[in-house]
Amino acid sequence: MAKAEFDVPELQEYVEVPELVEGTMAHLSPFVAKPDHNTALGFPGELVDDWHDKVLDKLDDLRSRYRSLQVYLDACVKCGACTDKCHYYLSTKDPKNMPVGRQDLLRKVYRRYNTFAGKYFPWLVGAKDLTRETLDEWYSYYHQCSQCRRCSVFCPYGIDTAEISMAAREILDSVGYGQKYCNEIIAKVHDKGNNLGLPGPAILDTLEGLEEDVFDETGVEVKYPLDVKGAEILLVTPSADFFAEPHVDGLIGYGKVFHEAGVSWTLSTTASEAGNFGMFIGSYENMRRVALRIRQAALELGVKRIVFGECGHAWRVAYSFLNTLAGPFDFLDPRYPVPQHICEFTYDLIQQGKLKFDKSANDDMTLTFHDSCNVARATRMGDKPGGQFDIPRAVIKAVCNNYVDMDHETIGEKTFCCGGGGGLLTDDLMEVRVKGALPRMTALQNVIKDEGVTHMAAICAICKSQFTKVLPYYGMDMDQIVSVHQLVSNAIILTGQKTDEDETDADDDA
Amino acid sequence: MSTVYALLFIVATVVLVVGLARKIVQYAKTPAPLKIPTTPAPVTQSGVVMRMFREVVFFESLFKSTKWTWIFGWLFHMALFVVLLRHLRYFMDPVWLPIQLIQPIGVYAGFAMLIGLAGLLARRIFVDRVRYISAPSDYLWLLVLLFIGISGLMMKFVAHTDIVMVKQFFTGLMGFSIGTLPIDLPLIIHLSLVLVLMILFPFSKLLHVPGIFFSPTRNQVDNPREKRHLADWAKAMEE
Repeated sequence: MAKAEFDVPELQEYVEVPELVEGTMAHLSPFVAKPDHNTALGFPGELVDDWHDKVLDKLDDLRSRYRSLQVYLDACVKCGACTDKCHYYLSTKDPKNMPVGRQDLLRKVYRRYNTFAGKYFPWLVGAKDLTRETLDEWYSYYHQCSQCRRCSVFCPYGIDTAEISMAAREILDSVGYGQKYCNEIIAKVHDKGNNLGLPGPAILDTLEGLEEDVFDETGVEVKYPLDVKGAEILLVTPSADFFAEPHVDGLIGYGKVFHEAGVSWTLSTTASEAGNFGMFIGSYENMRRVALRIRQAALELGVKRIVFGECGHAWRVAYSFLNTLAGPFDFLDPRYPVPQHICEFTYDLIQQGKLKFDKSANDDMTLTFHDSCNVARATRMGDKPGGQFDIPRAVIKAVCNNYVDMDHETIGEKTFCCGGGGGLLTDDLMEVRVKGALPRMTALQNVIKDEGVTHMAAICAICKSQFTKVLPYYGMDMDQIVSVHQLVSNAIILTGQKTDEDETDADDDA
Repeated sequence: MSTVYALLFIVATVVLVVGLARKIVQYAKTPAPLKIPTTPAPVTQSGVVMRMFREVVFFESLFKSTKWTWIFGWLFHMALFVVLLRHLRYFMDPVWLPIQLIQPIGVYAGFAMLIGLAGLLARRIFVDRVRYISAPSDYLWLLVLLFIGISGLMMKFVAHTDIVMVKQFFTGLMGFSIGTLPIDLPLIIHLSLVLVLMILFPFSKLLHVPGIFFSPTRNQVDNPREKRHLADWAKAMEE
């Protein structure tokens, strides 16, 4: 088990709703952004002197631009429906990690300065003055929200804490109080084209390495093209897919699927990142700028379709926002949705019977599937509502013999976040990441014990990175998290592929 | 006395209508720049209407969340709705048949409303998480509604008020002629608290009533790939 400087929760059979303990997470804040990372994004470098007025001005500005924010600040009746729904509350007991507790940090300031009751009777409605301490409290607790939207499922008015968190982070950025992790990464995307700052030659080198590996393994020349003009499909995938485990195994899988489909495809150096951290900080301007790279790359390469790799928040920005931010995509082939998810792409081929699998290649594993929060509650796949749950499972079941779902209260629209989403995937927030994984780890452990599950598949770069880090804290192995297209890659039989054993000739009809 | 109440009711009605209208206009005018329905979400407009119907009539999301809050909350709101329908008889002459038929049910609804409110109050006091998030106003709203219900039922079961006179007062008021009210303590309490509720409605958390209809996570169609969604201020960035 990994060493920790904080208490790792013990896994029980169920996650009990704890009695609240105030202030347990008040000490935790992420590193503050350096001035040049703030200015690169169009924000002041450091906390401005007139932050008090600027914060209130920005709140007014956002309320006039986002209906969600205005309605959600007004509509909450404090019914308590959300109070036991956040994975961070369940594991930290800190009431400011209850969705309504988190929202109220901003709402009490809104009430104080923008409502009749709060102006004249602040004590009556829980309105509070905006102070320097308020800013620190926002900075701390709005960076303990993974914007997973689980609370919004249960709220009778659909209040989404993610909307409030995004607004609060944008307000903080607007006065020069940005978060290092997010802002440094967005600066890298603007500069280099991906979150990791990987230069083009490094990506090319990696892709050539993959081609060699796949050739050695299968004897088939599967291509992993970069910046190929005139290709039919532009694949946009999280940059972690270029090197991290188990992400890269997923990328190998995408390439094999494209190869078997017989379509030409390419990656792009300038759009070598699916993730859009502009969403995490609530900045429409930054989110748009990051999204426009993809449009630009599609135009320059002259592709007909855009497909996204496995990534959760990225799929939200792609599915729900890309058309808004960087559309219209009337220059692409109108027969296909823009963009498509790689799972949709693979699923369609499976439906058409165009892919051949040897499911036994995954027989060393019994699998379960982790619904990534933003895929589950902010996007869709296919034509029908809920396709985002059915299609990845259908793909897994097409390539594996052993599959079991986790507790139904913890999957689908009620899925628990991995604990690392929404701009929290940084070592300085490890405590809240490990604790926040508790509900998912509990459900996983139960299927490990009861159903013999050995591995959990996911379709999100953040989930994969987070679980790789966090599983060991709970006594599990980091390689128990796998990519869905890694499973596809294991099982797919490429045309002309050399067989490992002669014995497969005997049961060729299988 | 009657004149004061007559004027107060006119003021309260104006405040309620104008205040709510202002908020509704504000909500309607504020753009929702991004598609953010909580999914799985309907992919058609009629699907959204159904989703909103289930939310408003059955409290679908609350039902998913916590059964106790749902039972008490739903009971209170539905009972209040029936009670309000029952009260329409004080504002019309002759009384519509459906309103006549609802009269006996309305009395039971009065009790159901109190049970719902009492349950919500108990939850607010005894569940530590709900207690933590409650401001004084949250308790006061429940008390206001409880006393409105209790004083109303007292007029039916304990100390009868001359409701013919009350009806004459309100039907008269609707034609801006000021009549007289019977001076009974339960009636005065009842009407005073209703006035408080009407006047504070547009400035309080009771804005959840119009708010739900404007909630983007509930009222948006899930079709971002098929139809481009663009706010005016976002469009301006493209020019």
